[in-house]
Amino acid sequence: MKHLFPIAKKSKQFMTKAVLTAVMFFFVYLMIFPLLWMVSSSLKSGKEVFGNPFRWLPETFQWSNYAKVWNNKYYPFGRMFMNSTIVVVISITLMLGISSLAAYAFAKMEFKGRNAFFFCFLATMMIPTQLLLIPRFIIFNSLGLYNTLQALVVCHLVNVLSVFLLRQQFVSIPQELSEAACIDGAGHFTILMRIMVPLAKPAFLSLLILSFVWFWNDYENPLIFIRSKELYTIPLGLQVYKDDFAAQYELMMAGSTIAIVPILIVFMFFQKYFIAGLSSGGVKG
Amino acid sequence: MAKEQVIRPAKKRSEKQAYLFILPQMILLFVLVILPVLYSFVLAFCDWDFVSGIENIKFVGLGNFTAMWKDQKFVRSFFNTIVFVAGVVPVSMGLSLVIAIILDRHVFCKGVLRLGFFIPYISSIVAVSIVWSFIFNPTQGPINGFLTRIGIANPPGWLTESKWALISLMIVSIWQALGYCIVIYLGGLQNVPEDLYDAAKIDGAGAWQQFFKITIPMISPTTFFLLITRVIQSFQIFAPIRVLTNGGPGYSTNVLVFYMYENAFQYYKMGYASAVAWVMFVIIMIITVIQWRGQKKWVSY
Repeated sequence: MKHLFPIAKKSKQFMTKAVLTAVMFFFVYLMIFPLLWMVSSSLKSGKEVFGNPFRWLPETFQWSNYAKVWNNKYYPFGRMFMNSTIVVVISITLMLGISSLAAYAFAKMEFKGRNAFFFCFLATMMIPTQLLLIPRFIIFNSLGLYNTLQALVVCHLVNVLSVFLLRQQFVSIPQELSEAACIDGAGHFTILMRIMVPLAKPAFLSLLILSFVWFWNDYENPLIFIRSKELYTIPLGLQVYKDDFAAQYELMMAGSTIAIVPILIVFMFFQKYFIAGLSSGGVKG
Repeated sequence: MAKEQVIRPAKKRSEKQAYLFILPQMILLFVLVILPVLYSFVLAFCDWDFVSGIENIKFVGLGNFTAMWKDQKFVRSFFNTIVFVAGVVPVSMGLSLVIAIILDRHVFCKGVLRLGFFIPYISSIVAVSIVWSFIFNPTQGPINGFLTRIGIANPPGWLTESKWALISLMIVSIWQALGYCIVIYLGGLQNVPEDLYDAAKIDGAGAWQQFFKITIPMISPTTFFLLITRVIQSFQIFAPIRVLTNGGPGYSTNVLVFYMYENAFQYYKMGYASAVAWVMFVIIMIITVIQWRGQKKWVSY
């Protein structure tokens, strides 16, 4: 008799949807519980962190925890934040520049061995970075790059995914546009900068946010290549800080929040592009 | 004799320019990838402690590889890695598939929920590991607090107990990658045409039948991609171990990459560590090839 009560069936579907939504929100709560706990603890005083009974809100908001961590005598997070920012900004800029040149060449220029080159280039994507860490350590040492921020930037400049995605985007730009520009006397470089890059904005934005997240959170490279405290980036600094100050829970949590919040904020604006970039078949571990 | 006119065809000039365009990337590729691969390959057959200078590299043939399998610590780290991968990959894929299916068309606020699941994935693994170490705190942390309150007398020691340490790390890894898997699956699910489901409903297919006969085959390319990606990622697990347990308690959380790191940068056995890295690389390659072969059988396009 279902067809006699269409409203009943619709509201049953609505009910199931509503219940499932509630259940999913509960699971999301469980998922971000650790991060909520982190922020809450970062604003508490030492003994409140593991206080019994558990309370979300601290007695008084200890904003000073952040100041203590930012200006810490041994591991100044302010300094580390600056190092991370410098490395990330320079890496992204150079990486995008170098990849777009190569991507354009692979997409639109004719040269002997183009396809072979590209295929070999893609193949290197299968090489795990751990295999490269030891020799890079040795090579960087002999190049005088050990214990420099430049070493970290250089490590980020070979990005096969970037060349792949950009080339894909460039290829999809109609030939007529570049041909028209050629007739107007434009050279390859002008075509790249004036036509290709603006039209490839989605790919660039995806790569921008993907690289931003990956470079900011990079831990393995600083661990191997950086030794001086003044050059620590945030992930490395955080880990070393934990080894020395493990018992100061509230400060650890403040440091962790500093590591995560900038990414979250930037991510909010570029969510769409991040997910689009991920789905086009690329990921770093 | 008349002077010969040489006209440079436009193509020739463009070719030189093309090489210039790819030059920066190729130089970097050589220095950062090609050279290290070769270097590391050579080192794998040598014994070298780096600090005593390049003259002291000793060729030892297959010595590193035979020593590896005799080292209990290596065997243990190999075993731990396999257990880790075997535990993390199926669980994260299964769980994320279920959540993705629910999120795809059975909830409101899909975007907000998807974001919520995804946030752990973009968070720094170091920060996240530290937070989890507090949550796993056996005496004061919220998990054991909750467990004791619901009546469990002896809750696990998590990171402090060798029986539970690896499992704790697996939990953290599953938690962090869940969002990524969900997003990938959501992408795959979106590409399943609605009419297939409608046709099936008309034919009288129930929800379970629809799931097995339509959903699973249609997303098999996504599943395949995710399987390969997650396996490779899990093999490379390193940061949580370095931050939280340093391989302990005992050797219970020592994994391949950590073992390699220890040998290279703490014991300065560069040759031996390179050999370990190559073994890991070869194993990953073999597993990936097996998966590629398997793809032909069960992935439908």
